[in-house]
Amino acid sequence: MNPMTLRARLVFLPLVLALGAGLSAQVTQVTFDRILHGDREPQNWLSYSATPLNQRYSPLTQITAANVKNLQQQWIWQARSLEKFEATPLVVDGIMYTVQAPNDVVALDAATGRPFWTFSYTPAPEGRPCCGRVNRGVAILGDTLYMGTIDAHLIAIDARSGQPIWNVAVANAKDRYSITHTPLIVKDKVIIGTGGGDGPIRGYIAAFDAKTGKEAWRFYTIPGPGEPGHETWSGESWKTGGVGIWNAGAYDVDTNLVFFGTGNPAPDWDGRQRLGDNLYSDSVVALDADSGTLKWHYQFTPHDELDYDSTQVPVLADVEWQGRLRKVMLWANRNGVMYVLDRTTGEFLKGKPYVKTNWLDGFDSKGRPNRVKFPTPEGTLIHPHVHGATNWAPPAFSPKTGWFYVASWENSGTVAVEGQFPRAAGVNNRQTAMGQTNLVPFYNDEHEAYGVVRAFDPRTLERKWEFRMTDITWGGVLATAGDLVFSGGREGYFLALDARTGSLLWKSSVGGQVNAAAMSYAVNGKQFVAIAAGNSLFAYALP
Amino acid sequence: MTIRTAILVAAAALAVGLWPSTARAQHETAADLLDGERAFRATCANCHGPDGDLIPGIDLGRGQFRRSMSDADLVQIIRSGIPNTPMPPSSMSVEQASKIVAYLRSLAATRRGGAVAGYGDRGRLVFDGKGRCATCHRVGANGSRVGPDLTRIGELRRATDLERSLVEPGAQVDPTNRTYRVVLRDGSAVTGRLLSHDTFTVQILDSHEQLRSFVKTDLREFGFAPSPMPSYRGTLTDQEIADVVAYLASLKGR
Repeated sequence: MNPMTLRARLVFLPLVLALGAGLSAQVTQVTFDRILHGDREPQNWLSYSATPLNQRYSPLTQITAANVKNLQQQWIWQARSLEKFEATPLVVDGIMYTVQAPNDVVALDAATGRPFWTFSYTPAPEGRPCCGRVNRGVAILGDTLYMGTIDAHLIAIDARSGQPIWNVAVANAKDRYSITHTPLIVKDKVIIGTGGGDGPIRGYIAAFDAKTGKEAWRFYTIPGPGEPGHETWSGESWKTGGVGIWNAGAYDVDTNLVFFGTGNPAPDWDGRQRLGDNLYSDSVVALDADSGTLKWHYQFTPHDELDYDSTQVPVLADVEWQGRLRKVMLWANRNGVMYVLDRTTGEFLKGKPYVKTNWLDGFDSKGRPNRVKFPTPEGTLIHPHVHGATNWAPPAFSPKTGWFYVASWENSGTVAVEGQFPRAAGVNNRQTAMGQTNLVPFYNDEHEAYGVVRAFDPRTLERKWEFRMTDITWGGVLATAGDLVFSGGREGYFLALDARTGSLLWKSSVGGQVNAAAMSYAVNGKQFVAIAAGNSLFAYALP
Repeated sequence: MTIRTAILVAAAALAVGLWPSTARAQHETAADLLDGERAFRATCANCHGPDGDLIPGIDLGRGQFRRSMSDADLVQIIRSGIPNTPMPPSSMSVEQASKIVAYLRSLAATRRGGAVAGYGDRGRLVFDGKGRCATCHRVGANGSRVGPDLTRIGELRRATDLERSLVEPGAQVDPTNRTYRVVLRDGSAVTGRLLSHDTFTVQILDSHEQLRSFVKTDLREFGFAPSPMPSYRGTLTDQEIADVVAYLASLKGR
């Protein structure tokens, strides 16, 4: 076929679809400048957590604390998938892009939920992530979408036609690599990391040319022989030490740094096989966006033996810090501690437990934690639980309130047995497998352990309010300029809370677990809030 | 025979079930079981838990699966996974997967081995008579739905667990068997087995075997309550307790 003919057909197809649906939506070029300044076009949602700052904050103000009680469901889109629905959609000028797990991309009319096209991808059978065949969403640059796949490929897809443009193997799925997170777009590159770090991989972050898929640079999360940090792994353990990447990164334009949180060292529970701090596991790494060179790192949990992945999304904010405006990174970690770091230098500014946490009793002057609890042959009760104070679900920061909003598990503990899978703490305080559906929460009273959404003042890490749930939560948080915080949990409610008080203002029963974070957008002047729950995507707006 | 041919033959043998579970189990060595245990802990325990009972309806350590499984079925599942579920395929060889199966079978066999010096026939009489167990529990089509259904309890619990439930009923209550009590605005109270609850609502099976759902804001009080199951220590003799345990252990749903 004549390439021009093919191109003409590809261009024509969505126009026909759009006209057929009576719509005027069209794909426009999403430049990197638009992504960087996503807050200037609040009707759109151009990257995983709104902008590369990952604040997951919508400047839209139509839905407010005063009128949210009138919110009504506008449409539901049902995924043809029984996998967990963890993706955050993107919205570009009225068109929504999301992922039907594991790796089908769909384009929907953001006003009606009606589909334009589906790109179906069948991952190789070797693609087998530890904890669910999931995907957290696509990225966009120009008119191309980018998706990482559970068989560790990166695929570029034409946003108009849903046709693949290129497909590269980031890693070999046979070696137990996988990809579940949203790629990070920086300038002309697509940056993505490899998951699979509960198995014997050696994780890395790599940048690919957005046009061609050619690898531009690679940063190994475990230093090789001769590199600084290599000495933090005993023997040959560095070769199979895990340290996967499985959540979205952030980008700071002033320093040209990309930031990623890194996963646990492997094997997860048996630190005896990998003596040392195990850099750069459970850390944040700051890399030069053009070269992938490490500029700084901070390790949250040296020599982790409890699977405290630091794969939370880095949240970048400018806050008043001891009398002056400071460019910081906020981090509510799986290990139970909330951190404020200087994102230019990596300097540790503050760390404070934000849930019941007993494995450390403080920090030295450089921010290294003083660990006081260790796995033992008979078992040691450690807080937080092996699944952590929070996990991958993204938090939010509102520049309007100045507060940091985090969904977490409170009061959960685990019995750490040397070299073994951690045991449950308490009679009914059982471990819960990732994403497992439990009709009845395990805990014997609502104070024993629970899911909770909390607001914190990042200047002091003081808690401002909380909203408790009966069950634990795998849902993230969205903050909006309407002074609202949206969240949900395993119970299957989608909630709107007052951003200043935490009061429940509205709820909707969505009939399935909320395993994702909400996002907000507008079409033709109407603000929507969308949330994935169960196997469906729900969109709400005012009547 | 080339290695490739041997593998094909072995795979074919597995597929048609030529290695019956009982025959294979007897050929496992202690070292194989240890290998199986290590592999289980490294690979399976992440989701299934250290005791293999983390996923509802599946208790690997007691040989309980969602449907009947031969060793070959299990080897196949370990290697290929189950499509459209979180159970992933693995790169394990048939031999490696077989060792995990052998370990699980040995675990199940060990756990069933609790000797009970009781007599099931006599236990049944105590269950229906002096113990008044059917007031709350159901076996097959008989008895009440208020307490846990015991139709398959012999498959699900070890004899020692059953005995403990008789003498110390509050010591370990499965999350699905907990008792919940609500007080309505008019002061009336409803107690029953907790079926589900969340931040805003609660669903119970009340003491009259009725399904009841409440919105928490409509309630004056709500919360967990002690198990209504009495301790039979002192009420039944040691022999009677042993007999009831033997009866319960015999209940396999058939």
